[in-house]
Amino acid sequence: MIDTATTFSIALRAIKANKMRSILTSLGIIIGVAAVIIMLAIGNGAQITIQNEMKSMGTNLVMIRSGTSTSGGKRMGHGSQPTMKAADGNAIEEKIKGIAMAAPVLNDAGQVVYGNANWSTSIVGTDNRYFQIKDWDLSYGRYFSQTDVKNAGKVAILGTTVVKELFGDVDPLGKTIRVKGIPFNVIGVTSSRGQSGPGMDQDDMIYIPLSTAQKKVTGISFPDMVNMIMLQAETAEDTYKTQDSIRALLRQRHNLGQNKDDDFVIMNLTQMMEMMETSTQVLTILLGSIASISLLVGGIGIMNIMLVSVTERTREIGIRMAIGAKSWDIRLQFLTEALVLSLIGGLIGVIIGLIGAGIVSYFSSFKAVVSVFYILLPFSFAGIVGLFFGFYPAYKASLLNPINALRYE
Amino acid sequence: MALIELKDIHKSYPLDGFDLEILKGITLQIEKGEFVAIMGPSGSGKSTLMNILGCLDTPTSGSYYLDGNPVENLTPDELAEIRNQKIGFVFQGFNLLSRTTALENVELPMVYSNTPAHERLERAQKALKDVGLEERMNHMPNQLSGGQQQRVAIARAIVGGAPIIFADEPTGNLDTKMSLEIMQLFCELNKKMGRTIILVTHEEDIARYADRIIKIVDGEINSDKRNKKK
Repeated sequence: MIDTATTFSIALRAIKANKMRSILTSLGIIIGVAAVIIMLAIGNGAQITIQNEMKSMGTNLVMIRSGTSTSGGKRMGHGSQPTMKAADGNAIEEKIKGIAMAAPVLNDAGQVVYGNANWSTSIVGTDNRYFQIKDWDLSYGRYFSQTDVKNAGKVAILGTTVVKELFGDVDPLGKTIRVKGIPFNVIGVTSSRGQSGPGMDQDDMIYIPLSTAQKKVTGISFPDMVNMIMLQAETAEDTYKTQDSIRALLRQRHNLGQNKDDDFVIMNLTQMMEMMETSTQVLTILLGSIASISLLVGGIGIMNIMLVSVTERTREIGIRMAIGAKSWDIRLQFLTEALVLSLIGGLIGVIIGLIGAGIVSYFSSFKAVVSVFYILLPFSFAGIVGLFFGFYPAYKASLLNPINALRYE
Repeated sequence: MALIELKDIHKSYPLDGFDLEILKGITLQIEKGEFVAIMGPSGSGKSTLMNILGCLDTPTSGSYYLDGNPVENLTPDELAEIRNQKIGFVFQGFNLLSRTTALENVELPMVYSNTPAHERLERAQKALKDVGLEERMNHMPNQLSGGQQQRVAIARAIVGGAPIIFADEPTGNLDTKMSLEIMQLFCELNKKMGRTIILVTHEEDIARYADRIIKIVDGEINSDKRNKKK
């Protein structure tokens, strides 16, 4: 058997001897690898976008909103019938195993004013658990204190978009803003989270203590009312497992008889996110497999040309056999040639794929994310395709009879 | 024991349902260091005999001892090994690899015997010097004359230290002057370096250089004579 370095140098020489043909042969592999890389990068990008959104919303999240109401035969949407109390959340947090934390949310919207500047934004009445669940830091200032909550203190934590619109470059800490006409002291600013979806700016919000929202800012129809309770389960699995017991507890607390519908809706965001993630995964696999068909076609191209090459070089094979090449040496020579052809094609394909993924990211809002695994995968697949489709021509070459091969014209 | 010992070699090929017998019982001994010419008209079976002697083909029946070892029943890979170690070929059409320098062509047998690269280079250079081509080592075959190409082929045949050289019509594609030079080179290899040379030709002039002339007619040895001129 001959050594690897010599084998590769023989293969490279044969490939160089027919440059144009070699490039055309590799073209199928080049296109295939580039297509797989771009497709995987797009799918991967979609997945990462969803994962980031998931992270910014908080992990293992379950939301409970007020149920639907019926008015004159028309059914209104979720939350149209206020039924939830902040106390419901505390009860869930206390009694349901698997729920780590519950944060009440009372939403409002309104105008906020500082000096000459004013801005319409969302107002969220909540407590510090909200930030804990969302794993959200303040870039500066402080969270709500016990006193703020107890005395319905007029303090506000601002999102960065609000800070930008109201204060520009001025330091907002300690300044007084007016929220729906009521003066509030700015005690903190959240770190920036950006968009959570198209048109949804998570930084365009101000946060005030729940008690303040309930008593001073928002008109509520019954004491302790909230729009929503945000729950954080201990594990992703707990978001499913706890649903029945949460439902039973809330039905009991709301005094709902057996034949009455729920007056609340439990939404498992984790489940929704997982479904979205699964669907992008399926999309990635689908795109990747469609692209790898072209890799397969490229492999057939290699087999085709290798067969032609074996016929053309029958005499060369005869010479090599006459002076002592064994059938394995001949097989190895053509197999190596097919492998080198496909690996060179693979390498060019990787480069084109990377450029292509860059172009996709640059010209669309979509981000195509390339990972090392998603480069190595199509590259090694190209190698395997080369070996697989190179085997038959190499085998055919090794079966030649030296006498006939030497006589071949 | 003789270097080459054939006993009752038969070779036949199936043709239209019949077996066409090409060799009809050849018995032959060739000693180490001989210079033998095998002659015969075309169709006489001399090429078939040459292929069997050169371990490119196996006989239908009969026994063949090469250097004391029976080779008539070896597998193609085992025959390849024997060719690599014991036999050098020189063909009428030169059979050099195109787009490959003289030096690399001469290195080729050693590639398949797995000789280290630096040793391959040294021995190939020496072999090319021995055939008088030290100035043209890096030329491609298409940059060399016919005679020079045949010299490269001879260098390739001797480089691995093979004791036997088979030459199949080595001068068939060369003019008279070049033929003369090539035949002198064979004589030198035989007399000075002790290589056994088996030459297949149909030209009396060329066969003259050999010490022994075997004539094949119709698949049998017609005559086997010492060359008296020498």
